[in-house]
Amino acid sequence: MKKLVNDPQHVVTDALVGVEAAYLGRLAVDHEHRVVYRADAPVAGKVALVSGGGSGHEPLHGGFVGPGMLDAACAGEVFTSPTPDQVLAADQHVDAGAGILHIVKNYTGDVMNFDMAVELAEGGSPIATVVTNDDVAVEDSLYTAGRRGIGVTVVVEKIAGAAAEGRRDLSAVADVARRVNDNGRSMGVALTSCTVPAVGRPTFDLAEDELEIGVGIHGEPGRSRGRLGTASEVAEQLVVPITDDLDFTGAPVIAMLSGLGGTPLIELYLMYGEIARILGRRNVTVARTLVGNYITSLEMAGCSLTLVRADDELLDLWDAPVDTPGLRWGA
Amino acid sequence: MGSRADPGTVEVAQLVAWLETFGRLVHEERDHLTALDAAIGDADHGLNLDRGMRAVVERLHADRPATVDALFKTVGMTLVSTVGGASGPLYGTFFLRFGTAAGPVDELDAAGLATALRAGVGGVVARGKAEPGDKTMVDALEPAVTAYERAVGSGPEHAAAAASEAAEAGRDATIPMVARKGRASYLAERSAGHLDPGATSSALLLRALADALAGTLPETTDGRA
Repeated sequence: MKKLVNDPQHVVTDALVGVEAAYLGRLAVDHEHRVVYRADAPVAGKVALVSGGGSGHEPLHGGFVGPGMLDAACAGEVFTSPTPDQVLAADQHVDAGAGILHIVKNYTGDVMNFDMAVELAEGGSPIATVVTNDDVAVEDSLYTAGRRGIGVTVVVEKIAGAAAEGRRDLSAVADVARRVNDNGRSMGVALTSCTVPAVGRPTFDLAEDELEIGVGIHGEPGRSRGRLGTASEVAEQLVVPITDDLDFTGAPVIAMLSGLGGTPLIELYLMYGEIARILGRRNVTVARTLVGNYITSLEMAGCSLTLVRADDELLDLWDAPVDTPGLRWGA
Repeated sequence: MGSRADPGTVEVAQLVAWLETFGRLVHEERDHLTALDAAIGDADHGLNLDRGMRAVVERLHADRPATVDALFKTVGMTLVSTVGGASGPLYGTFFLRFGTAAGPVDELDAAGLATALRAGVGGVVARGKAEPGDKTMVDALEPAVTAYERAVGSGPEHAAAAASEAAEAGRDATIPMVARKGRASYLAERSAGHLDPGATSSALLLRALADALAGTLPETTDGRA
């Protein structure tokens, strides 16, 4: 393992020291509970947005804390959900009395820990929860833990953040978050594995000419493993399962192509060109685009495509100002 | 043997011994639990549970609550805040519900222990939404509590021994199952053929209960009468 760390067991703690130093005055860090929150929290009259999850997906979630997006994010250990006491601390830091929205990615541990936090909360604002589950690589059935929450989480946090900034009430903010999730689908591919620092060796093995299709953001297995083809072929493997799952024609679409941490931007741009061509051929109209590293898996090479079937209201919320380390415009 | 505890009741000290024994078994089986989890999950079950139970035992040595509900509230909250993942909330909920059902008492009789165990398992089912056959902790816990309830008339020691045997049978029965909950469910059919790590640690929980109660009730032990 070759990584820029002091002690592999203390990566999350040490990274939060860096987050605090880098965004002094904009973000505050509760080191005991590993919570990143808006320095100006609680924001009067505003529904507070709290998310969190395992670390290793940066900028998700701490990098999306700031005006127009999250109020607080709990950082779990690498690829491990945060604990209820972390969530409770995050809620307390940002609760302005107007309600709290928990945005939770659909993983068994994350859902249970956020659920317990809600049960253990004493006093404080009412809490609503939105669980994201957009990964089409997983069969959504009674026989699985359900689809995993991946890229749509970024879009949910942005759009719900704008709704909260506009002083909509808790149920309205939760409704718009659910609408984004219900209309979002994602699919990812991995070219290489990643190495959890505390483990020290790659999570899985992938041969030089192989591709994991439908990989999870923790290196979970995908739908299948295949030979790595051209970018054009990989783009088909991303777009087809998404557009087979939901009709994206006849509405403005938000498209996000996120790198998984180890793929250079030049390859992401190249890939997006292929994706845009295929979407055009399938009569999908992309209204807004995001290409970069937004939800990653440490140093995994590969990418994840997210499409959201939007409307004018969702586009307005998408376009509203946002000022976070990971996403910033109009501010 | 007049100084021994009433064989029909379980005192706080014996419940603490249960937790200490569970902590020791988890520590001894840490690498095995983690290896089981590596096959169908994310390779951290033994590490996480060992960390949590060590924290529990440290807390209890520093400050031992006097009543059953307070004891298990401490245990549950400590696990919830130290274990993480899914096993933190699941084991945390087991102990929290166990304590709430037991109430502010300083000992449990056989039936009281049955009620608390049943409440604990009910909490795990509610938290994880798993049913028997889903290849989870429930596959060890559910038959264990049922066996305890059937044997409740023979006293807590014998009932706990029956529960432990049933938990181990339930654990072994998870091998051919296809996982329907948790991270293992993403593997679908590929999860069959593996022992479930959660059911394995749950069998240790019942083994610890049986071991902690065995020998503390000499009147019912062979060769001691």
